[in-house]
Amino acid sequence: MIEAVGLTKRYGAKTAVYNLSFQVRPGMVTGFLGPNGSGKSTTMRMILGLDAPTEGHVTIGGHTYRRLPNAPRQVGALLDAKAVHGGRSAYNHLLCLAQLSGIPARRVDEVLGVVGLRDVAKKRSKGFSLGMGQRLGIAAALLGDPQVLLFDEPVNGLDPEGILWIRNLMKRLASEGRTVFVSSHLMSEMALTADHLIVIGRGQLLADMSVKDFIAHNSAEFARVRTPDGAPEQRDKLTAALAEAGGHVLPEPDGALRVSGLPLPRISDLAHGADVRLWELSPHSASLEEAYMRMTQGAVDYRSTEDTRAGLLAQPPAGHAGPPAGHAAPVPGQAPGQPNPYAVPPQQAWQPPQPPAAAPVPAPADPTERDSEDAR
Amino acid sequence: MSTPRQSQAVPPVPPSQPGAPRAASQAFPGPHPGGHGYASPIPVRRTHLGHAVASEWTKIRSVRSTVWTLAVMFVLVLGIGLLTAFALGSQDTLEMPVLAGGFFGLMLGQLCVITLGVLVITSEYSTGMIRTTLTACPQRGRVLLAKALVFFLLSFTVTLAACTLTALVQTAMIEGKPVPEYIDPRMLNEETAATGQAVASAGEWLGATVGAALYVALLGLLSLAVGTLLRSTPGAITTMIGLVLLPFIVSLFLFTESVREFGEKLREYSVLNGLSSLFRIPFEGGSADTGWPLLWLLAGVTLAALIGAYARISTRDV
Repeated sequence: MIEAVGLTKRYGAKTAVYNLSFQVRPGMVTGFLGPNGSGKSTTMRMILGLDAPTEGHVTIGGHTYRRLPNAPRQVGALLDAKAVHGGRSAYNHLLCLAQLSGIPARRVDEVLGVVGLRDVAKKRSKGFSLGMGQRLGIAAALLGDPQVLLFDEPVNGLDPEGILWIRNLMKRLASEGRTVFVSSHLMSEMALTADHLIVIGRGQLLADMSVKDFIAHNSAEFARVRTPDGAPEQRDKLTAALAEAGGHVLPEPDGALRVSGLPLPRISDLAHGADVRLWELSPHSASLEEAYMRMTQGAVDYRSTEDTRAGLLAQPPAGHAGPPAGHAAPVPGQAPGQPNPYAVPPQQAWQPPQPPAAAPVPAPADPTERDSEDAR
Repeated sequence: MSTPRQSQAVPPVPPSQPGAPRAASQAFPGPHPGGHGYASPIPVRRTHLGHAVASEWTKIRSVRSTVWTLAVMFVLVLGIGLLTAFALGSQDTLEMPVLAGGFFGLMLGQLCVITLGVLVITSEYSTGMIRTTLTACPQRGRVLLAKALVFFLLSFTVTLAACTLTALVQTAMIEGKPVPEYIDPRMLNEETAATGQAVASAGEWLGATVGAALYVALLGLLSLAVGTLLRSTPGAITTMIGLVLLPFIVSLFLFTESVREFGEKLREYSVLNGLSSLFRIPFEGGSADTGWPLLWLLAGVTLAALIGAYARISTRDV
C-alpha cells in the first residue's frame, strides 16, 4: 500500500508536483497516467526516497522509503531502464544489487531466467537493446520478491511480444496480492492492464477511480445517424428536428450525423415524425483514449505546432511573410471546419482543475529559501 | 520548507467538482481487498555495512576502468622504477637515497589512482546507476562508506605491492654503491654515514612502501569525496589534478623577494612534496622531513572532504 498525502515538489520556480494525495492498494494494477512532464517520474522518485518532497509525505506500508528496513525486499522499482553501468555485465549488475540486500546469488540466476536474459547474462549491458535494458530493469525490480512494485513506463522500447509479457506479468503480480503501480502516458496500454487509474496533469490529481468508472464518467455516448445519400434536405430536416428535441448534432465528414443527448429510440421516433428515412442508426461511445485526451488537454506542457517550414522558404516577396496562404494543413482524419473530436462536448463537461495560474510559487514569502533552491 | 501562509497563498485543487467523480474511498473489488497484501516466503533479513561492502566489491571488480587504471599505475611505478635503477646502476656513485627512484613512477601512477577514485562514484551519476543503487540501499551514508572502504583498501593494496616490488628491485640493483664525498653526512642515514655505502634504513623502507601507498590511496579517497561533491567525472578529475600539480607549479614562479617565502610554503605543503618527502627527496623542507606530517595532513583533509560528501549525498536529490 502506497499512500501519498499532500505531496508537493518544487524545483526553484517550477512546480513539478502539487498537493498530490492518493492511495495505491494491493491486489490490483494501478495505472499512473499523465502526459509527458506531468510529474509522474518525480512522484515515483519521491515514493522511492530519491527526491525529497518540498511538502507532504509519501509512505509505503506506513514507513517512508528511507526508513524501510531492507527496502528492496519490500519494494521493487523499475525507474529508467538505463540506470545501469553499461560496462558491467547483466549478472554482475544484479549480483551487486542482490548483495546489497542480502539476497543469495542463486536468486540472480532465477530472475535472469524469469525475464529471459540468461543467455546474455555475462554480456556487458552497454550492448543491450532498449527492450533488453527494460528486461534487466524488471529483473532488478523482481530480485527481492517484493510486495510493492513500481514500474515507470515499463513497455517503452519493448516489442509486441515483450509488451504482452509485461502486461501479463503485472497482472499476475497483482493477482498474488502485491501492490503494482505502473506509470504510462499511453491510455490504450493502461486500459488493457490496469484495474484502477490515477490521472495527473501538470503535477495535480485529475482523477482517481477504477478504469470502468473512468470510462463511464469520461466517455460521451453518442449515436451515429445516416440519412439517404443525395438527399441533403432530409438531413437538414432531421438535424432541425433533433436540435428542437434537445439533441446535440455534429456533422461527420462522410455526411453522417453524430447525435448526443438523445436515446436511440427517441432519435428513431423523431426521424419517423419528420418523415426522414434512416440508413444507419448505431450506438457509439468515445474511446478511453479520447476521454483521456479530453481530460488532459488543458494540462499538456509540451504542445506541438504545425511546421510551416517558413525558415526554409526562399526569401518571400516583400510584404508577404509567413507560409503561403491556404496552406494550413488540416488535421489528419478531420475535415476542415470539423470540431475537434476531443473538445469537451457541451453536456457533462468536466473541466480539469485549473492549475494555479502560472507558477504557483507563493509570492516572495521567503526570499532566502528561493535563493537556495535556485542555486541548484 | 513551508509556512502556513505559503500554502494558503495557493488555491487548493478542487476536490470534487460536479461531474468530477473521485472514487478514492470506495470499496475495491479484487482477489485481495483491504490492506492485506503479499508476503514473500523468503525471510527478510536486516542489512548492514557488510552487505554494502560485498556489493561495492562486486561493482569495483566488474568494470574495466578498475583493471585499466590499476594496471597502468602498476606498470608505471615498476617500469619507471626499473629504468631509474638501471640509470643509477650505471654510475659509479649514488647521489640519492636507495629507494628514491620509486617516486618518479608513483608521481605519474598517482594520477591513475585519482582517476579511479573519481570514477568509482561519478560513473554511477553519469550512467544513472546511482538511482538504482540508492533505491536498493536508501541508507546513503552506508553506500558512501562501503565505497570508500573498498576503494581505499584495493588501491592501498595494489599501490603497496607496486611500491614494495620497486623498492626490492632498487635494493637489489643499487644498494651498497658508494656515496660521493661531497654529500653532507647529516643528509645520510646512520648506517650509510658510517660505512660510506648507500643503504636503505627501516624508516626509508616504511616511507617508500607503506607511506607512499597510504599517501596515494588517501589521494584517491579524496578524489572519491570530490567526485561525490561535484558529481561530474571531468570536473572532479580536473579539480584533483589541479590540486596535485598546481601549487607546486605556481610556487616555481614565486621567486621574487616579496613572495619567495609564500612560494616556499606553497611548495612545502604541496601534494607532490608530501610524496617526494616519503622517498626522502623533498623539494622543500630539508632532510629531517620524512613526509609523514604531510601524510597526516592529507588524511585530515580527506576526512573533512568525506564528511562534506556524506552531507551532500544524504540530503540532495538524485
